[in-house]
Amino acid sequence: MAKTMANLPKLVSPLLQVQDLHVTYLSRTGQKSPALAGLSFEVRPGETLGVLGESGSGKSTLAAALLRLLPANGEIEKGVVLFEGQDLLQAEPGTLQRIRGARIAVIFQEPSLALHPMIRIGEQIKDVIAAHESSSRGVIRQKTLQLLAEVFPADAARIADSYPHQLSGGQRQRVLIAQAIACGPSLVVADEPTASLDPSTQQEILSLFRKLREKLGLSLILITHNPALLAGFADRVLVMYAGKAAEIGPAERVLGSPQHPYTRALLQSMPSEMEGHANQRKSKLAVIPGEAPNPEMLENGCRFEARCADRMELCTKREPAVVNVSESHTVSCFKYGE
Amino acid sequence: MGLSHDNAERLLIVENLEKIYASRGVLGTKKEVIALQGVSFSIRPESTLALVGESGSGKSTLAFCLACLERPTSGRIIFQGNEITELDEKQQRAVRPQIQLVFQDPARSLNPRFSALELVSEPLLVQGRVNKREREDRARALLAQVGLPQEKALQRAEEFSGGQRQRLAIARALALEPKLLILDEALSALDCSVQAQIANLLLELQSSLSLTYLFITHDFAMAGHLADEIAVMERGKVAELGAADKVLREPEHAITRRLIAATPRLGAAAHAPQVG
Repeated sequence: MAKTMANLPKLVSPLLQVQDLHVTYLSRTGQKSPALAGLSFEVRPGETLGVLGESGSGKSTLAAALLRLLPANGEIEKGVVLFEGQDLLQAEPGTLQRIRGARIAVIFQEPSLALHPMIRIGEQIKDVIAAHESSSRGVIRQKTLQLLAEVFPADAARIADSYPHQLSGGQRQRVLIAQAIACGPSLVVADEPTASLDPSTQQEILSLFRKLREKLGLSLILITHNPALLAGFADRVLVMYAGKAAEIGPAERVLGSPQHPYTRALLQSMPSEMEGHANQRKSKLAVIPGEAPNPEMLENGCRFEARCADRMELCTKREPAVVNVSESHTVSCFKYGE
Repeated sequence: MGLSHDNAERLLIVENLEKIYASRGVLGTKKEVIALQGVSFSIRPESTLALVGESGSGKSTLAFCLACLERPTSGRIIFQGNEITELDEKQQRAVRPQIQLVFQDPARSLNPRFSALELVSEPLLVQGRVNKREREDRARALLAQVGLPQEKALQRAEEFSGGQRQRLAIARALALEPKLLILDEALSALDCSVQAQIANLLLELQSSLSLTYLFITHDFAMAGHLADEIAVMERGKVAELGAADKVLREPEHAITRRLIAATPRLGAAAHAPQVG
């Protein structure tokens, strides 16, 4: 098994390449605590990358760090974020401003917090377009209605005149999606876009993403804590644990035959398929013992070691390197080589 | 709906429950919102009934009515053979300890400044049943029972992780030795691996303390795992009710089929769900 990424097929150059990204937060007590500790991955044109992680894995930090939108106490220590040939971490503020929202759009959690409560929906979409284009008002108005029609085929005009509180959670999420695609980005980053929604509304939003990525040729990074959401939706999956990539690979492989002990344990902890398992009803679920590690307390060695069923002596000594288990499927675990 | 009602064997019986909220429209016109309509079901002691439905289907209104936090407009709630809808405020106070609620977001339902010990002993203090010493002993026993380490007893709620806070909320709900726990989306805000830990804790407590659960959720997979029976709600009504197995395997109502189809599942990689 090859141990580097060098012999992967490079048919298309990636749209986004993140290399060795390190982000820390300064705590109130003046301590630096790492949130991302050397994260590397890439997104190819037109593909959907699912980022799977639990609380504290650094997945939301990732969404904010890509466009340097971290809170004041967050700092990018090192790394490279190459997007369309440019390192966003080195870009001038003006350049970055032209990329944010126009080339890369981010949909943050909580649709109810992301919209201004006192401004009509139509205006809030116009504002996004006006920030990046110097078209006439008539043109922007028309574009706004087209965008809304894209996400609300039946009643775009009514939605345009509504205020956020008049919309349901699913409708607000659609508005955020319209804002995200307003300027024709090539990459949309969605952080838990369906976390607060009902399962059926969730599926409607996923269907909308499906339609849009096909129509517009978008690349999509979908960040979630729910592995089941990514099945049948993502092309590839990046599993994060404590600020690092545990496993990256094609979705059907990572979710179907997970290789990293963490991914495996996580998937096993979910209730089994619903039909035909009456004998497993009310039986104990498999659990990952313990709690996610506190980043400040991490020592040398594998981050998952303390909770891992397959741990070896080596795991406490140093961090495992990235190992190729099959074509374009990598795992950070000593089980697959040093 | 297929369930034989041997009423004597039921911990809780709900009959024809209705809750109507009066609200005012834009011009001050009176509007009525029917939150619950003709809701009937019952729960056997030491079993779990899952209440599944979309937001706005009336699940939480029902929970509040059962916990005596809202008064239903009409209908009957019979708990341990006594009709609790007829009781006045003072009499209800004697019933409330028996029926406890655990909410979705423990970060918002627990006072962040209270220590674990204070949070868990507060219900005992309010009810004025035991002295300080006994309260503390009981609270420490409860913390142990939900799997929280003793050395964390004096830490404040805000210092706990999401899963630990939910354990704390469960310990607090158990303080008054209730018969019925209403778990209102109690797992929904937690990570998958933490959901599994708390689900296991709920199963353990159910058998060791002979608890009865009303498990309110929109997650059909977890409902199928934890429940003996499932009731599916739609627009304030019970659309379907039956043994968990049967509801999952042979759903009869359109809303049940729709909710099952919309439940994300790992095996879906091959066939993408076709909803919406």
